[in-house]
Amino acid sequence: MSRRLPLLIVVVALLWSLTGLLPTSVPQPEGVTKFGRLPVLSEGRVKPLDSVARSTLLVMQGRQRVEKPDGQEITPDEWLLDVLFRPEAADTYKVFVVDNVDVLSLIGKSEDSQRIHYEKTSQQLAAILDIVPTTQRRVSFTEIMPYLAQIEAQEKLAEPVEAQNRTHFQSAVVQLATNLAHYLRLRRAVMPDGTTDFLGELLNLQEHLSEGIEAVRLKEANQPHDEAKALAMLDEGQKFVSMAEATDLLAIPPEDDDPDANDWHNTGHALLETFGKGFVNPAVLAYAGMGYAWRQDQPAKFEHIVDLYGASLAKRFGPQVRKTTVETYFNAAEPFYACMLVYLAAFLFAVLSWLRWPETSRRAAAGLVVLGWVMATAGIATRMWLEGRPPVTNLYSSALFIGWGSVALCIVLEAIYKDGIGAAAAGVIGFATLLIAHHLALAGDTLEMMRAVLDSNFWLATHVVVVTTGYASTFLAGMLAVIYVVRGVFTRNLDKATADAIARMIYGIVCFATLFSFVGTTLGGIWADQSWGRFWGWDPKENGALIIVVWNALILHARWGGLVRQRGLVALAIFGNVVTSWSWFGTNMLGIGLHSYGFTEAAFWWLSGFIVLQLALIGLANLPLARWRSRAALQA
Amino acid sequence: MPEALKLIRSILVSLRLTVLLLAMSIILVFWATLDQVHLGVWGVQQKFFHAFVVTVRVGELQVPAYPGGYTIGLLLLANLLCAHIYRLKLTWRKLGIWLTHAGLILLLVGELVSGLVQRDYMMRLEEGETKNYAESNRQYELAVIDTTDPKFDQVVAIPTSLLARGQVVQDPKLPFRVVPKGYFPNTDVQMRSSVPNAPPSPANAGMGPMLAITPLEVNYAEDAHNLPAAYVELVGPEGSLGTYALVDATRLPNPQKFDFAGRSFKLLLRPARRYQPFSLTLEKFSHDIYPGTDIPKNFSSKVLLNPPDGGASREILIFMNNPLRYAGLTYYQASYDGEHTTILQVVRNPSWLVPYLSCGAITLGLVIQFLIHLAGFARRRRAA
Repeated sequence: MSRRLPLLIVVVALLWSLTGLLPTSVPQPEGVTKFGRLPVLSEGRVKPLDSVARSTLLVMQGRQRVEKPDGQEITPDEWLLDVLFRPEAADTYKVFVVDNVDVLSLIGKSEDSQRIHYEKTSQQLAAILDIVPTTQRRVSFTEIMPYLAQIEAQEKLAEPVEAQNRTHFQSAVVQLATNLAHYLRLRRAVMPDGTTDFLGELLNLQEHLSEGIEAVRLKEANQPHDEAKALAMLDEGQKFVSMAEATDLLAIPPEDDDPDANDWHNTGHALLETFGKGFVNPAVLAYAGMGYAWRQDQPAKFEHIVDLYGASLAKRFGPQVRKTTVETYFNAAEPFYACMLVYLAAFLFAVLSWLRWPETSRRAAAGLVVLGWVMATAGIATRMWLEGRPPVTNLYSSALFIGWGSVALCIVLEAIYKDGIGAAAAGVIGFATLLIAHHLALAGDTLEMMRAVLDSNFWLATHVVVVTTGYASTFLAGMLAVIYVVRGVFTRNLDKATADAIARMIYGIVCFATLFSFVGTTLGGIWADQSWGRFWGWDPKENGALIIVVWNALILHARWGGLVRQRGLVALAIFGNVVTSWSWFGTNMLGIGLHSYGFTEAAFWWLSGFIVLQLALIGLANLPLARWRSRAALQA
Repeated sequence: MPEALKLIRSILVSLRLTVLLLAMSIILVFWATLDQVHLGVWGVQQKFFHAFVVTVRVGELQVPAYPGGYTIGLLLLANLLCAHIYRLKLTWRKLGIWLTHAGLILLLVGELVSGLVQRDYMMRLEEGETKNYAESNRQYELAVIDTTDPKFDQVVAIPTSLLARGQVVQDPKLPFRVVPKGYFPNTDVQMRSSVPNAPPSPANAGMGPMLAITPLEVNYAEDAHNLPAAYVELVGPEGSLGTYALVDATRLPNPQKFDFAGRSFKLLLRPARRYQPFSLTLEKFSHDIYPGTDIPKNFSSKVLLNPPDGGASREILIFMNNPLRYAGLTYYQASYDGEHTTILQVVRNPSWLVPYLSCGAITLGLVIQFLIHLAGFARRRRAA
C-alpha cells in the first residue's frame, strides 16, 4: 500500500487539475461560453472577449467573480454581456473597489455605511475574527454616478503629480477615475449610451438609408429635399462619430477585401462607413442581434446568432479563431492556480516526510512537484504559442519562469539526494512565485504587446531567459539555506549528513547561479550595445543584475578563502534572497530607467516584509549552535 | 623585502581583500542606484563610478565618504594581479579561474578606457534634410560665423568650457577678441518687458538689453534639458564692440548679426557639433503603434548615406535593435519628434569590442570551472 499511495495521491491531484478543462467547470450556458470565444482586437492584440472580461475585472476589482445585487454570482462572460447589452443592470453590480476612506467620503459613503451586517451570531463572530469581510469594499457604478464630477475634479488635481509622489488619496482617486473610464469605454464598445433597441435602430437605418443619403446629398447641394430625413441621417452620423470616440475595443473585424488583417474597427467607426457603402456592417448587426436576444432573455436565439457570427469569422480568420478558442480554455482551466495548490501540497508532504512516514511522504511530494512542474510547463508553453514569443516578456511572465526554473533545478536535486529537501524548496518557491504572478496579473492583460525597444525575440530568448534563470537559481540557493536554518533552529531533525548535503546543494547552486547571472547580464550588455551603443549604462535594473553576480562571486570567494564555514555560507545564501528580490522588484519601484515597468505600492510593503524576514533568518543562522534545537544531531 | 612591503603584498594577495572589495562594490552600486532618483544616470556616473572618492555634502562642505568606482576598481585589479602572481598556480585545474580573471581584468581596464574615449551625440533629421554633423547632448558651443562670402561660412566654434572659465579667446580668423563675461549652464529667459524688476543686464548690444536671464540650478534628471546662456563682450583693436547676451539656439534660434571691419558676423550658442566627412539624408521616418493602443510597435528611419569620396549613395534602414555602423560611428534609432523628424543617437566608442572579448573569456572560464566542479561531484557520487 505505502508503495502505491504516492502514485495515488499524484493521480488524484492530476484528475482534480484536469477538471478545469471540462465544459461543466464553467457554470454558464453554452451560448455565453461561445460568445466569450469571439475574437476582438484590444490592447494591440486579437483576443477572445472572455479575456477582455477577465482582465478588465481583475484590473477593476482584483478578482474575476461578480455578484449581482441579489447575491447571485455570475461569470466574467455574463458580466461582460450585461455591460455591453444591459448596462442599466451592469451599473448596479458592485465592481469598483474603493478602500480609501477619503475616496469613500468623496462618493458620499463612510466606513460605517460600508459595514456588512450579519444576521447570524456565528457570522458575526466570524466577522470579528476577520474570517469573513467586515466591510463592503466594492461599490457599483450607480452608487458612484452622482459624484462623477467631483471624482473627475479631484483626478484632474492629482493627475499632474508623479505616481511616486502621490498621497494615498491621490493614488486612490486616480485609480478609481481610471477604472471608471475603463468601464465606460467597455460599456460603449458596442451600443451607444441610452439605447434600448439598438437592433431596431440599425434595421430602421438600413431601411431608410438610400432615401436618407439622397436627402443629405440634396441638402448639401442646396436643392429641395426632405429636411426631416436629412436631419435624421445627420443625427445618426453624429451619434456614430461620438461612438467611434468613446471606446478602444475594436470588435468589428476587417472587411473581406481589406488586405490588412489587423485593420479592426470599433462599432462607431464601422457604422460611419455605412453611408459610403450603402449597408450596415454585418458584424455590427450580429452584435446588435446578440444584444437584442440577450436583453429579451432568449438564450436559444442568442446562441444561434453567436454561432452564425462565429462561423463566419472562423472561415476568414481561422488561425486567430483557433488561438482565441484555446485562450478561453486556458482562461477557464487556470493552470497556474491548480499548479499553485499542487506545489503547496508537495511542500506539505515534503515537510511531513521529515516528521513521519519519510519514504511515502517524500515520494508523494516529489511526484506532486513533477506534476506541478509539468502543468507549469504546459501553461508557459501555451502562453508562448499564443504570443509567439519566448517565455519571459514582462514582470508577470518572469515570475512564472523564475518559479519554473527553480522547480526544475529542485527536481534535479531531489533526484540526486532523495531527502525531500529539493521537493520542499520546489513547493515553497513554486507556490510563492505563482502567488506573486497572480498579484502581478492584476495590472492587466498578461499577454500584453512588447514595446518597440524590447521587440526582439532573439534577445528575449537569450538575455532574458538566461538572466531569469540566474535569478531563479539565486533564489533557490537562498531557499535551501532557509530550510537549513528553520530545520536546524526549530526542529531536532537536522542531522549532520542532511546539513552537509544541503550545504553542498547550496554551493553547487551558487556556482550555477554565478554562471547564469553573469552570462545573462553580459548578454543584456550586448543587447544594449547593439541597440543603444553602450554596453553598460548603470541603469537600475542593470545594476541590480550586477549586484547579484557580484554577490554570488562574493559567496564563492568567501568560501574558498575559508572566511565562512557551513553556517556562514547559509547566512550569505539567505542574503542572496534580499539581493535578488531587490533586483527583481526594488529597481522597478525607483520609477526610473529603461526597465521601470510596473510599479505598485502594495508590492513595496511586501518586498520590505520579505527583506525583514530574510534578515531575521540571517540573525537566526548566526545564533550560537547551543541555541539550535538540532545541536545534538548536528554534532553527532 | 622590507616587512612593510611584505605586509602590503600579503594584504593584496588575500581573498579577504577580494571579499571586502566585492562587498564594497555592492554597496557602491546600490547607493548609486538609489541616488539616481535625484541625480539621474549621468550625474551618478560622475559622482560614484568615474570618481576616486564619493563625497557627500555636510552643510557647506563636500566630505569624502566612500571610495569611488576608480578606487575600488583599481584595488580589485591590484588584488587580482597579485593573486595571480603570488598565489594561484597555473595548472589545468585552474584554467577556468585564470580565464575568468583574465577576462575580468580586461573588462575593468576596458570600462576605464571606454569611460575616457566614448562620446555620444544626437542627430536630428527632418524628412528630406541632409546633415554632415552630429550634435552633443550636453555640450554647447559659441559659434562665431563669418558670413561675408556668400559662397561659404567661416565658423569659429568656442566650447562653453572656455566661456565658463572666463578664458579670453583670440583667433586669427577673427578681427576681435571674445571676452566672456559670464556663463550659466542652466537658465530661465524671459522678455525684460514681462519682468519689471529684473536686475540690469550686462548686455548692451544685439538682443541682450531686451532679455532678462535668470540662472537656475543644474538639473541632473535623465530627461532634463539644461538650457545655457552667456554674456560675451567683443573687443576690437579700437575698443569694445558691445556685450552680447547669448541664449541657446532652442530658445533663440535666430543668430544675432553685426558687421565689423567690413565683414558680416553671426553669433549663435548651439549644441556642440561634431562634423564627419560624410552626410546622411533622411528619406522617410515611420512610426507604427499597435492598433487600438498608444504602445509604440516600431520606429524606423530610411536614410541615404552619402560617402565622402563622392561615391554612390546607398539607402539604409535604421530601426530599433538595428543600427548603422559606419566610419567608427554607430547610429541608433533613439527617438522622434512628431511625424516627420527622427532623432538618431550617434556613438563613437573605439573600445566597443573589449566587453565582447572579456565577457567571452569570463563566460568560457566560468563554464569550464563549473564543468570541472560538476565532473568532480559526479565522480564522488559514483564512488559513494
